[in-house]
Amino acid sequence: MSALLTIIRRDLLLVMRRKSEVLTALFFFVIVTSLFPLGIGAESALLRKIAPGVIWVAALLSTLLGLQRIFAADYIDGTLEQLALSPKPLVLLVMGKIIAHWVVCGLPLVILAPVIGLQFDLDSSSLRTLTWALLLGTPVLSLVGSIGAALTLGVRGASVLMSLLILPLYIPVLIFGAGAVYADSVGLDVTGHFSLLGALLILALAFVPWVSAAAVKIAIE
Amino acid sequence: MSNLNSLSTNRALNWFRLSSPSTFYPVAGKMIPWFWGLSIIFGLAGLWVSFFVAPVDAVQGQGYRIIFIHVPTSWMSMFIYLVMAGWAGLGLVFNTRLSAMMAQALAPIGAWMAFLSLWTGAFWGKPMWGAWWVWDARLTSELILLFLYLGFMALQASIDNVRRADKAGAILALVGVVNVPIIYFSVKWWNTLHQGASVSLTKAPAMAQTMLWGMLLMALCLWMYSIAVGLMRVRAIILERESHADWVQQLNEVKN
Repeated sequence: MSALLTIIRRDLLLVMRRKSEVLTALFFFVIVTSLFPLGIGAESALLRKIAPGVIWVAALLSTLLGLQRIFAADYIDGTLEQLALSPKPLVLLVMGKIIAHWVVCGLPLVILAPVIGLQFDLDSSSLRTLTWALLLGTPVLSLVGSIGAALTLGVRGASVLMSLLILPLYIPVLIFGAGAVYADSVGLDVTGHFSLLGALLILALAFVPWVSAAAVKIAIE
Repeated sequence: MSNLNSLSTNRALNWFRLSSPSTFYPVAGKMIPWFWGLSIIFGLAGLWVSFFVAPVDAVQGQGYRIIFIHVPTSWMSMFIYLVMAGWAGLGLVFNTRLSAMMAQALAPIGAWMAFLSLWTGAFWGKPMWGAWWVWDARLTSELILLFLYLGFMALQASIDNVRRADKAGAILALVGVVNVPIIYFSVKWWNTLHQGASVSLTKAPAMAQTMLWGMLLMALCLWMYSIAVGLMRVRAIILERESHADWVQQLNEVKN
């Protein structure tokens, strides 16, 4: 457990030393979501309709931006190899890195989303649903994304390749996450969507760290 | 007694011996013409049934006949993904070289089937629904399946170290297998939520017996085709990867 906390603290500390990377991903999220009204028109009925999809797709993409940071720098300077050699289970260390990624790239989106939602004229109940859905969904994005980050370590054109690998796997989260907000806006029950998002989260928590650890081992072998 | 023992170990080994590229290569070479032959026979029979025997559909007219290509290619695209992931998983667990080569050989065939299925689907959709593409659950998940194939191929192609490429590809294929049902159901539920019954893919009447036969024959044809092409591709991959080996350099096709 202390190993997990140590690795989370280390990764967060590294991020804090170089804040610009994190802020870039956040600004990307804000800019992309702001572009849509400019491109489509500022009709509030239309904006309300597209808001869930736009915010979720932007969240997907900005999570993707930060994914490389999970392993790439540590892979290049050899830290990852040392981590794999350490007596602590690699799964735990990988999990710590994923949690750190979520705190840096996922949590800010959850906090920012209501503000973005206001730009799209969402009412308070939709905003609440959006925030909860993002809170359940963004950890899945970080978890599943870590597989792609580990598989493409040290590969030519890793970031483009990663988006090709990972985005299809993000589709269920997008569907249920955006679906929850949509269902709320038309007055349907949202518990089904939340149950499914929760199920995805549990499934990802149960399997992904092992898969990512295996992928890291393959990369440094 | 010792004779008997060696005999039985020989027999047990025989099967596994095929997992070595040097023994598999000639065996595959002998099998290829057979599968091509079967594919052509089934294909001719299937086309004959589907064009001349199967009756004209009451609702869709002659246009429905594209089903005889469309449905078998969709089946194959899904089935090949499973087989590919199976080989990749075997390669990951037992570290056998040939399994990974099989997975690598099958990926483009599966991608091609998925593409054909989407393409014929578009040709079918245009006259029937008046649209090349609709966001139906099956179409969408077939498209995502194509993306998964492309991701697998791209990942394998961009890693230079062959062993690492195999293992990374295997992990991706296995993750994909777990995800395919999740993606399928999520798309399905999304579809029922967002879209009314403007487009219904459910076949209205029960299919005529002959239509089913045509589809099965075409499926067998594609099955044999996939095996034949898969073996040809795997032979090429063996030659490429084992080019340093003595037995490869002694092959007639390499010498000349």
